[in-house]
Amino acid sequence: MMQGAKLLEVEHVSKNFGGLAALSNVSLTICQGEIYALIGPNGAGKTTLFNVLTGICRPDSGNFRLNGVEMGGKKPSAMAEAGIARTFQNIRLFSNMSAIENVMVGRHCRTKAGILGAIFKDRATRAEEKSIREKAAHLLEYTGIARHAHMLARNLSYGDQRRLEIARALATEPLLLALDEPAAGMNHSETDSLGTLLEAIRADGITILLIEHDVKLVMGICDRLAVLNFGEKIAEGTPTEVGKNPHVIEAYLGGS
Amino acid sequence: MDIFLQQLINGIVLGSIYSLVALGYTLVYGIMGLINFAHGDIVMVGAMVAFTVIHLLSGSGLPMFLIAGIGILAAILVCMAVGYLIEKVAYRPLRGAPRLAPLITAIGVSMLLQNLAMMIWGRGYLSFPALLPAISIPVAGAGISAVQILIVCASAAMMSGLSFLVKKTKLGNAMRATAQNREVATLMGVNANAIISITFIIGSALAAVAGVMVSAYYGVAHYDMGFILGLKAFTAAVLGGIGNIEGAMLGGLLLGIIESMGAGYLGAITGGVMGSNY
Repeated sequence: MMQGAKLLEVEHVSKNFGGLAALSNVSLTICQGEIYALIGPNGAGKTTLFNVLTGICRPDSGNFRLNGVEMGGKKPSAMAEAGIARTFQNIRLFSNMSAIENVMVGRHCRTKAGILGAIFKDRATRAEEKSIREKAAHLLEYTGIARHAHMLARNLSYGDQRRLEIARALATEPLLLALDEPAAGMNHSETDSLGTLLEAIRADGITILLIEHDVKLVMGICDRLAVLNFGEKIAEGTPTEVGKNPHVIEAYLGGS
Repeated sequence: MDIFLQQLINGIVLGSIYSLVALGYTLVYGIMGLINFAHGDIVMVGAMVAFTVIHLLSGSGLPMFLIAGIGILAAILVCMAVGYLIEKVAYRPLRGAPRLAPLITAIGVSMLLQNLAMMIWGRGYLSFPALLPAISIPVAGAGISAVQILIVCASAAMMSGLSFLVKKTKLGNAMRATAQNREVATLMGVNANAIISITFIIGSALAAVAGVMVSAYYGVAHYDMGFILGLKAFTAAVLGGIGNIEGAMLGGLLLGIIESMGAGYLGAITGGVMGSNY
């Protein structure tokens, strides 16, 4: 288990949809350099927590801090700028743009050129656009889909679309990469190579928050994990600790 | 005189104006799924502003091309501001409302612009000054006027500029990303509101130039000239597949040629039953 400085501190976050408590009083801490997994049955609130962390929805109460800075309720573009990037459970690429263009959009929050630059094409803008393209090409290489750079995103295979989402998220230079079921719909060998990719990303100093149903993948690569059930955190710890927790066994297997 | 060639030339000139206006419809529709019915009236505002500026400067002794240039520039700047304000005041508060609400609002904005223009510039037809000398260059039995050449060249230049902007620049990348999935684009740090504003500003600038072209071509400006022109350009945008930039360019050109051929031949083909009034 890696113990770096605290990167993300979620404190007492609650979110209701109508009468349904999607998250109630959830707190957790993720340290620098960890792979931290979030598991739980369908509808447990995992994706809602992602939506709060990326600014897509506001928490009703509670807050969270990234590197000590209060973030709760900020806009999605501000979250991206602060260093939180995500992928989606149901893939959401820019489907009519090529793979490399998808990644280039991801560079948006780290580059400056605006409308004047686009029109007048001064030297700084040209240099920046060149660096955007180079960085995007590098990320396609890194995630193993460089050969598809000029294919439209919608024509990529399912596994490659998931990799492209990861490449696009990495293009924002995140401190925290939040992956929502990256292995969903993948076969064993694809899942294995995804695990290798996640290890490589972590080795490059990016902290990973992972929602995943593939127990083998989760138990194999994560340092710590939390279990959500009906919006509440029912367990947290290393994979072995959590595996022995009676609340978890009850939530997953149903108990009397 | 060769009627076919002449009508083809006229059609291409008319069509390139329709294309410029159609681009405004298609850009806005592509990015926010809204048919901006006020777009035709922005064309009118462009024509009116250019008329006023040229009229004011005409006694100043400056050369005509300079006066025309200042007039066009003023029209572009005013239309950009009007387009930006319309989006900010009328459409932005309706982000997330059912789609019918902004559509009805767009019709309302169109009426507002027409009535404001009527109050400012009056109900009559304003005779638009000739910006270029009325020379005609003979081409294989037909003639092309200087204004026609200028219209086609300026349209082509602006359309290729727009294509380049949308396809090859970082801004264009962000625009296309916002059009395809606004929420995800914001997660990449794209400021969707800014992109929408820029889209309106670009569309309005094209509309301003189209307005000056149309008025310079026909020699008149009128407070409701934007209505029919907007309707035709909207048709052209739909013809080319609304939301598709090349489609709008081709649709506009095609509509202009069809209209001009119809005017030239419909009477003859139908034995006078239908005339150029269709």
